[in-house]
Amino acid sequence: MMDSTLEKKELVSFAERVKAEAKNLSFYYGSKQALKNVNLQFIEKKITAIIGPSGCGKSTLLRCMNRIHDLYPGIRYEGEIIMYPSGINIVSPKVDPLEMRMRVGMVFQKPTVFPKSIFENVAFGLKLQGEKNKQVIEERVEKALRMAFLWDEVKDRLKKPALDLSGGQQQRLCIARVLATTPEILLFDEPTSALDPLATARIEELIVELKEKITIVIVTHNMQQAARISDYTAFMYLGELIECDKTIKIFQNPSEKLTEDYITGNFG
Amino acid sequence: MHQRIIDKYLEELKQKLLRMGAEVERVLQLAVKSLVDRDVKLAKQVIEMDRVIDEMELEIDRFCIETLALHQPAAHDLRFVIAAAKITPILERIADHSTSIAEATIRISQTLPMQDYLQIPATAKKAGEMLKGALEALTSEDSEMAREIIRRDHEIDDDYKKTFDGLLKEMIKNPPITATAAQLLFVAKHLERIGDYIKDICELTVYMREAVFIKHHGEQ
Repeated sequence: MMDSTLEKKELVSFAERVKAEAKNLSFYYGSKQALKNVNLQFIEKKITAIIGPSGCGKSTLLRCMNRIHDLYPGIRYEGEIIMYPSGINIVSPKVDPLEMRMRVGMVFQKPTVFPKSIFENVAFGLKLQGEKNKQVIEERVEKALRMAFLWDEVKDRLKKPALDLSGGQQQRLCIARVLATTPEILLFDEPTSALDPLATARIEELIVELKEKITIVIVTHNMQQAARISDYTAFMYLGELIECDKTIKIFQNPSEKLTEDYITGNFG
Repeated sequence: MHQRIIDKYLEELKQKLLRMGAEVERVLQLAVKSLVDRDVKLAKQVIEMDRVIDEMELEIDRFCIETLALHQPAAHDLRFVIAAAKITPILERIADHSTSIAEATIRISQTLPMQDYLQIPATAKKAGEMLKGALEALTSEDSEMAREIIRRDHEIDDDYKKTFDGLLKEMIKNPPITATAAQLLFVAKHLERIGDYIKDICELTVYMREAVFIKHHGEQ
């Protein structure tokens, strides 16, 4: 059988580098197993979308990647998430979760701005990292706000409360706050589900822009969003990874029937 | 399995495509009948039918766009809508070629009749069968059947060569018949093109079923 041109192009891109890799990863909330032996690669400077029905483990997997779970008792990891090129195992008990969260930033569903000024919100992570040089902090805050497409809108009111910003601006501020600490991987957990279509479009444009510099993993319930912005799509179901492939392949011709049933709304 | 909102649209699209296919099949059949029977009245009827087919094409185009815009189909659903959108203009072109055959009927009604139409009626019968088969393969999503029809395209090409050579010989042997034979040359060419279009429909059926493009790859 002949390959399509599209499939031939895919062969070329398989030479891309892996930034992080889940190896036989299982995760437990107490006795409940939420992830079952997940093996998944995240390609450097690409966007990987994780999709699946509620409770499939997609957010759990995302949260493993920056050890957010460690804030709660009774959790347990098995397996590894290796980050390259350092080869560090993110979920190893020897790795400091706080340090990990600087290297793997996370943006949540609802904007989590602090009741501080716009400037202080972005500078927060830098200060946590121990940066004391005022000039360095100012430069990095500006750079992060520019990267988050927010600088022009807030440059004249950096001392104003961040809570005065609109929902979309607050979410971009959260992205700027994460970017300020120059993470290697950026995680998005349904970053636009609380935003209107216009603010959503801006965040999506921003995410696509950011992949030039950073590896991105996004969990989304919005199938069209995954199709629009991601390079790779992983489909999870009942804690297992069912399939991960090029997004175009997943949305045009997934290998697994379960994936096809999910993306075409044939579930249940 | 529950009924999705898009299922209603996809079923309606399938029905519209089937209706158009059946109409195109009928137009081809009647065009060739008008030619063989030298039936000008029937030929004019065929030309009229082409307008209805043009309308059907526009309606399916609109329907495909609506389905894409409102329901964002994915995977097999997407391939079906894409295939339908690409098959519709192919069917319309088959109807156009059939109309051209009917127009040839009108033109040769004024010229000397020929005793023998060589391979033309047989080719037309084959093309009609293959079109019917292509539409069956399309609706039942039977890619093996589609491949079988693709493999039969050479039969129409072979017929075309035989008819072409035969008509040239007739023109040399009997020059007064040249005007009629020249029209029949065009008819033979129309049938050969119709064969190619049927092949295109079958290739899209394979795409819809298997998500592979076999067009231009020489696969049979």
